[in-house]
Amino acid sequence: MRAVLRSSVFPGFLFVFLAAPAPAQEAQPAADEVRRLEAEIAALREDFAGRLAALEAKLAALEAPAPTPAEVTPSPAPPEAPQPVAPAQAAPAPTVATPPLGSKVFNPDIAVIGNFLGAAGENDSPDAPPSLQMEEAEASFQAIVDPYARADFFLTFGPEEVGIEEGFVTFPTVPGGLLVKIGKMRDAFGKVNAMHAHMLPWTDRPLVVGNLVGGEEGLADSGVSVSRLIPNRFLFLEATGQVYQGSSEIFAAPKRSDLAYVGHLRAYRDLGESSNIDLGGSFAYGHNGATDDTTTRLWGADLTFRWRPLRRAIYRRFLARTELVWSRREGEEAAASSFGWYGSAEYQFARRWFLGARYDWSERAFDPSLEDKGGSLLLTWWPSEFSQIRGQFRRTEFADGQTANELLFQFLFSIGAHGAHPF
Amino acid sequence: MLAMLLLAALEVVTTTEDLGSIVREVGGDRVKVTALARGYQDPHFVEAKPSFIFAMNRADLLVLVGRELEIGWLPPLILQSRNPRVQPAARGYLDASLTAKILEIPTGQITRAMGDVHPSGNPHYWLDPDNGRRIAQAVQAKLQELQPEGAAYFSQRYADFDRRLAEGEKRWDAAMAPYRGTKIVTYHRSWPNFCERFGLNVIGYVEPKPGIPPSPGHTLDLIATMKREGVKLLLVEPYFDEKTPNAIGRETGAHVLVLPPSVGGEKAITDYIKLFDHDLDLVVEALKAGR
Repeated sequence: MRAVLRSSVFPGFLFVFLAAPAPAQEAQPAADEVRRLEAEIAALREDFAGRLAALEAKLAALEAPAPTPAEVTPSPAPPEAPQPVAPAQAAPAPTVATPPLGSKVFNPDIAVIGNFLGAAGENDSPDAPPSLQMEEAEASFQAIVDPYARADFFLTFGPEEVGIEEGFVTFPTVPGGLLVKIGKMRDAFGKVNAMHAHMLPWTDRPLVVGNLVGGEEGLADSGVSVSRLIPNRFLFLEATGQVYQGSSEIFAAPKRSDLAYVGHLRAYRDLGESSNIDLGGSFAYGHNGATDDTTTRLWGADLTFRWRPLRRAIYRRFLARTELVWSRREGEEAAASSFGWYGSAEYQFARRWFLGARYDWSERAFDPSLEDKGGSLLLTWWPSEFSQIRGQFRRTEFADGQTANELLFQFLFSIGAHGAHPF
Repeated sequence: MLAMLLLAALEVVTTTEDLGSIVREVGGDRVKVTALARGYQDPHFVEAKPSFIFAMNRADLLVLVGRELEIGWLPPLILQSRNPRVQPAARGYLDASLTAKILEIPTGQITRAMGDVHPSGNPHYWLDPDNGRRIAQAVQAKLQELQPEGAAYFSQRYADFDRRLAEGEKRWDAAMAPYRGTKIVTYHRSWPNFCERFGLNVIGYVEPKPGIPPSPGHTLDLIATMKREGVKLLLVEPYFDEKTPNAIGRETGAHVLVLPPSVGGEKAITDYIKLFDHDLDLVVEALKAGR
């Protein structure tokens, strides 16, 4: 109540005036009276604020009329004697709606994305998804910090935990053409590891991610990332180097100095205006905590082909992608070398419809003799840019001989700021 | 003269070919222009291809349409450009909408129940030639700021463009004069500035709401409205599917005209002035036939 009254002199005055005789009356009616008055004042205030806003808008419209053509059309100067036009006079008042007053204008762009997942069918593995679950709510806060930096926060709320999916500051204009990020990030290892769950073209992550690249959630850690373009005539080439604390699903640092390192090289080339090819090589290294000096190394290769005809870009597209991962994990006794990969494709066949397929095959990091494999078929429907409904039929053959046939379905919905489209 | 030769051309990146053409008009051979989106592409849904990053990396100046037209793809390109000159609010960042006449700025509460609304107004403002003039003026001022040695050159080029544009406007206004007030329907809300300028009256859209694809119910309503109002022309941007517009055309007898809203939308449309020459020729022809 105080906050409400303090913010406006007029109701504050009323309150002082009316509150004075209150102690003389009985407590209960006085309290009721105060509540009634409070409601009245709130209503008055709302009415007042509404009228004021309307007046302000009218005033702003009067003060900043749309510039008439006459204002901006300079007198035609003969080409022989050009008159430079001063920058200031060339800019008429911008025709922008009056921005909201106060500190709100500096609020970050906020969005919340809900990821609801359902599952049916048989799956006896301990990681089987439940029948219906609000898998994740991701809240993002993004804004420019100052002329030198921007910040991005992605907080995730899962069924059991709340966490920072990512939270980092980016310095886009560091000398030397470097792009520097500091904070908690998803590691730049391959393609899908860097994607948030709602960006994936599937309801789940491929088996190889679960087996070799840090479990279902992938690799994410606190650290520093530096990336640079390598200019050349043939290709877009970008090199990224990252240093992490060494604390994620597959890395654990027994000592403070046992950092984890990630390197990524990306090559991209347009094959005409509609299609392009994207190639990547990745490396990750860090201690794994089995003993004080055992380490895990990962090598990855990814290849993406995209096709999207520009004239029909909102109706048709095709994307094929594969990622291969090799892992060498040192254990207490011996080292295990494992391999895994997936191949996937998606095709948009109408403005709102996508078909997809994926094949999975992966050995397990601790024991390469155990192989899991599977395949998925997907159908996705987009009611709009801000929501998505997806069904995935998934068959998984686990190394222990069990087979799971499941139907997964997902509802994604997003409110708030319009984010960038994924590429 | 020697100083002229020593001056390197300014590298300019524009998000669309329309802006690219205007920058070329004003900058002449003192600018090297790269336009990112093609004129036959839906400018809302351009992909942030890494190949664009190289151009952005070298740019001295970035000119954008603004009003959230490029919100889905330009921010990541700017961020990854590693170029301090074109970051938002830097000297080499020019939002062309700031000095243009903007229509359809929503008032009151905006929600996405209205479809993909642009909270700060309709971004297709370049389709009024007077806004082309204002853009050219802003570009002139910016080029003079970035390269003061070229000030006289830029204002000469601007004056020449302004003169040719004014001649064009006379031509276009005269051609459209007999058709002022004609009721038409468009696919997307791409044409408010165009229609306001040339006196066309848009009474409906093929999209039920901006960015929402046509629905059967809305299409039937639209057909009824068009029959009632005697609408004889339906404009479709080249990046939309023509199936629904053609069905509406068959039902109502309206002429379905694929009209490029941008430079480069057709091979013949090589610059900003030709865009209006081309489009208005088509519109006048269609309206003549519809009479």
